[in-house]
Amino acid sequence: MHKILIVGEHDGKNLNPATAKCVHCAAGISGGEITIVVLGADTAAVAGQAAAIAGVKSVLRVDRPENQHPLAAIFAPQLVALATDFTHIFGPSTSFGKDLMPRVAALLGVPQVSDLMAVEGSHRFKRPTYAGNAIVTVEAEPARKLVATVRVASFEAAKGGGSATVESKSLSVALPSHTRYIGAKTGSTDRPDLQTAKRVVSGGRALGSAENFKLLFSFADKIGAAVGASRAAVDAGYAPNEMQVGQTGKIISPDIYIAIGISGAIQHLTGIKDARTIVAINKDGEAPIFEVADVGLVGDLFQIVPEFERLVGG
Amino acid sequence: MQKIMVCIKRVVDYNVRIRVKPDGTGVMLDGVKMSINPFDEIALEEALRIKERGTNIEVVAVSIGVTDTQQQLRTALAMGADRAILVQTDAAVEPLTAAQIFLALAKKENPDLIFLGKQAIDDDANQTGQMLAAIWDRPQATYASKVEIAAGKASVTREIDAGLETIEVDLPAVVTVDLRLNEPRYVKLPDIMKAKKKPLDVTSLDALGVSAGVLLKVIKTEPPPQRQKGVMVKDVAELVDVLKKKGLI
Ligand SMILES: Cc1cc2nc3c(=O)[nH]c(=O)nc-3n(C[C@H](O)[C@H](O)[C@H](O)COP(=O)(O)OP(=O)(O)OC[C@H]3O[C@@H](n4cnc5c(N)ncnc54)[C@H](O)[C@@H]3O)c2cc1C
Ligand SMILES: Cc1cc2nc3c(=O)[nH]c(=O)nc-3n(C[C@H](O)[C@H](O)[C@H](O)COP(=O)(O)OP(=O)(O)OC[C@H]3O[C@@H](n4cnc5c(N)ncnc54)[C@H](O)[C@@H]3O)c2cc1C
Repeated sequence: MHKILIVGEHDGKNLNPATAKCVHCAAGISGGEITIVVLGADTAAVAGQAAAIAGVKSVLRVDRPENQHPLAAIFAPQLVALATDFTHIFGPSTSFGKDLMPRVAALLGVPQVSDLMAVEGSHRFKRPTYAGNAIVTVEAEPARKLVATVRVASFEAAKGGGSATVESKSLSVALPSHTRYIGAKTGSTDRPDLQTAKRVVSGGRALGSAENFKLLFSFADKIGAAVGASRAAVDAGYAPNEMQVGQTGKIISPDIYIAIGISGAIQHLTGIKDARTIVAINKDGEAPIFEVADVGLVGDLFQIVPEFERLVGG
Repeated sequence: MQKIMVCIKRVVDYNVRIRVKPDGTGVMLDGVKMSINPFDEIALEEALRIKERGTNIEVVAVSIGVTDTQQQLRTALAMGADRAILVQTDAAVEPLTAAQIFLALAKKENPDLIFLGKQAIDDDANQTGQMLAAIWDRPQATYASKVEIAAGKASVTREIDAGLETIEVDLPAVVTVDLRLNEPRYVKLPDIMKAKKKPLDVTSLDALGVSAGVLLKVIKTEPPPQRQKGVMVKDVAELVDVLKKKGLI
């Protein structure tokens, strides 16, 4: 039997939807039993949310003051202590999981499968390489523990309605003091979260300024969309880094992705391959984005976007 | 601060459109342009800036790879690294093995800081720095977009999904760099000439006591599924029409 431990991601109040996507992925391993662990200063609320995910057998809470902020150097030794009882240890392929899981794997002396995108067997998976241009099937040795990050764009969230048991764990693990949390600057927004939004409007270098990006925000609000950006737009300071979509930004899978003034570099396309429908608006009919777009419109974004906003409103 | 080690990986240039071999055994690499992993150039640039602000700081560029990896290390020397070490191997080195090799080098070199890229753009594993920090039993600061060094410490701003986060780590530490940390310098011709005289040592896995095992077997490599060709619309009205029909807006 496979015992799968999923490292839950949360901000102290809410469980990140990436966790339920990991559960969906893990459920693809037949004969698997799924446990979620949440580490934090007080995980009562998020443990409750984790227990409600369908398919989860149990939830482990590891509460201690040092776990207030998700520092890999602090979390990793605790996960290693818990790993004894498990065959698989999964985390989301978010900045949280990507930072943490390799540290866990190395402490366990095992390799990690990054960005698991399909389950082919208990130890056989697909993952993307070369910015998603080559998909490899990899197989790990069943005798070893398996650590993996789950490419969240490849899986829908597991449904709710579950009723897992919740257990508090106290681990006597010495924690290092060499890593200290100082603070964070996060873009608080009322807009949908980019990584889980059903609709995303995204802008590129063509927007020309942070001021012009407001054009996209206004349109996005009209259709209830999250806003993304190309690296060129982020580098130029038109949009903050958390909005970057692509190989080195966020990998997303909305129902509709509207790319505005984005050329469609491979590094950008990696981030949107899983979008159900891609709409491209670009003044250059030869732009590579049109090769992947489901619907394309050639023209000037500064005329098209306001008109688009007006017409969808009607 | 006396020594900074920078890990430089030789990868397929980011402008190359990669093709999967028809027999599924990998990607076509014959005659393809190879370069320093873009993130590693940024890592090296950061080390050089710290060197230039301080006194007597040595920057050592290290790599693991085939003989030709010397080209990328020569570029690193031309950018300004003081010396280079190539751990020469024809074997495919997985991240955990790469971390073990870098650990062996760290034990010899005793650097105060080790810079790596946050990911290599070929395998996109995003693991090596974290694994190295783990087995070195030192702090890690991943996805750095700002690095400030003060007595025995580094304050690092990290790009995370929610925005930016700042952590403080004691040195020695491992830092993996993100794209917006800096813009790497261009190499000038005289520097390329000078770099030819800088030391580039070649060593082996055996000499470092590390073996390159295959922990993850690659069963096959295939191209991603292609998207169907889409439709072009003539104006916004038609666009809205199409999207409404699909039930998308
Ligand atoms: C290691 C590495 C990692 C990278 N990671 C990422 C990543 O994660 N995400 C990412 O996005 N990029 C990434 N890039 C950068 C990528 O290669 C491209 O440079 C970037 O995506 C280009 O952004 P863009 O499309 O906005 O800009 P451009 O390529 O400059 O495209 C602008 C487009 O706007 C169109 N345009 C101009 N004016 C108008 C107008 N008025 N109306 C309509 N259209 C107009 C133009 O025709 C053009 O097609 C990475 C690069 C490297 C080397
Ligand atoms: C069967 C098999 C065949 C493979 N064939 C090839 C191949 O032909 N060509 C190829 O390039 N890869 C090949 N690989 C993959 C390659 O060995 C891995 O990419 C590498 O070990 C680490 O993964 P990564 O670079 O994605 O790590 P990441 O964790 O993404 O790398 C992060 C950082 O670590 C540092 N780093 C990692 N590796 C090195 C290195 N070797 N030297 C210096 N710094 C490094 C760099 O600073 C890099 O930015 C193969 C792997 C397997 C299993």
